[in-house]
Amino acid sequence: MTRKHKRLVLILACGLGLGSAAALTLTAFSDNLVYFVSPTDLAKSDHTGRQLRLGGLVEQGTVERTSATGSAGVRFKVTDGSADVPVVYKGILPDLFREGQGVIVLGTREPDGVFRASEVLAKHDETYMPKEVADALKKSGRWNPGAGPPPPASTWNEPIKQVTGQPPG
Amino acid sequence: MDARSSAASPRSGHVLHRFANPGQFLRLSGRVLPWLYWPGVLLTAGALIWGVFFAPSDWQQGDTVRIMYVHVPFAWLASAGYFSLAVCSFISLVWRHPLADLAAVELGPVGAAFTAVCLATGSLWGKPTWGAWWVWDARLTSVFVLLLLYLGHIALVRAFDDPTRGYRAGAILALVGVINLPIIKFSVDWWNTLHQPASIGLTGAPTIASSMLWPLLFSAIGFTLLFAAIVVTRTRAAVMERRIRGLLMAKASSASEQEALS
Repeated sequence: MTRKHKRLVLILACGLGLGSAAALTLTAFSDNLVYFVSPTDLAKSDHTGRQLRLGGLVEQGTVERTSATGSAGVRFKVTDGSADVPVVYKGILPDLFREGQGVIVLGTREPDGVFRASEVLAKHDETYMPKEVADALKKSGRWNPGAGPPPPASTWNEPIKQVTGQPPG
Repeated sequence: MDARSSAASPRSGHVLHRFANPGQFLRLSGRVLPWLYWPGVLLTAGALIWGVFFAPSDWQQGDTVRIMYVHVPFAWLASAGYFSLAVCSFISLVWRHPLADLAAVELGPVGAAFTAVCLATGSLWGKPTWGAWWVWDARLTSVFVLLLLYLGHIALVRAFDDPTRGYRAGAILALVGVINLPIIKFSVDWWNTLHQPASIGLTGAPTIASSMLWPLLFSAIGFTLLFAAIVVTRTRAAVMERRIRGLLMAKASSASEQEALS
């Protein structure tokens, strides 16, 4: 075995060791590496009184603007499809906030089950589409932004050709 | 070190040794360089004009989406640059190539600058889109760690009086830091993050409208060529600097020898 081979084997062995150490560490700390918990996670364990981030979609038809006590407030439900959490928030909402949008709210869960938020962030998804495409998809009834993510990009050009005949969703 | 590598190259006949010969590298890179710079400048300029003035705005982000044409290529190059740094470090540690050492030293600042621009443009996009300049989610934090790794490498390779020791220490740091690259890439899939998952992948169609995807791909190619051009230029300068230093040292030592004789 030449010195080059020795060095090669040594580096590969170190790499293997470090790699598995990192993998184990990341797996072990996986719960702490998440930026937010889902409504399902929140329902599973008792987080009352602890500050945490809750992430999910703004449930359709639940956004209520309240202007009590002078400042603009909002009340909505955050859902992940299987569970939902009522949220109250007072303050400025990000521009992207709407029904069906992914949001992350920072706050605490009150004993009555309501999540009192001190910060609302909008989560952008991985879809990028021009306004015209979004309008065409909505007009043809193939996509409702309030109900969920848009159809796959490969089908975006279709509604221009066939405006009717596709069931929504 | 130069003398040793050039003496070893004809005998071993290893492919790497041919390119490790500094003279050969200067000749070859001199010929390649204009083919990196000019297409790089033209593609980047064209793609940015396309992206800023002609590509459509996004239906919910509006014109903010145009930051993507800088942010995404810089993010890719920040990771790709670190990968190149790690490859140079591996070659340097195993085969002790002087050229790999020089390339690693010159890659560091370029990669750090690209990472910094990626973080800055991302922050500019994050404020209007998410509502926050910065959050400590897994993606943003791992890219910040990448910047720290670059900065650490820059400092470490220059921290020793004997440059060879600096190269070794820097190479080990660079190889240890490689573990961060898969974390950056898959952070958005493994953990809940504020940052969105990848829009372009090897499997599955991209989720970007083609009218936005084309300028993005062109700007990515353009910036990649420019990145390569900057690194090659810096490495050429480093090789020439080392040669000049060698010549000056030889001249000084021969002059002092003659003085001693007379």
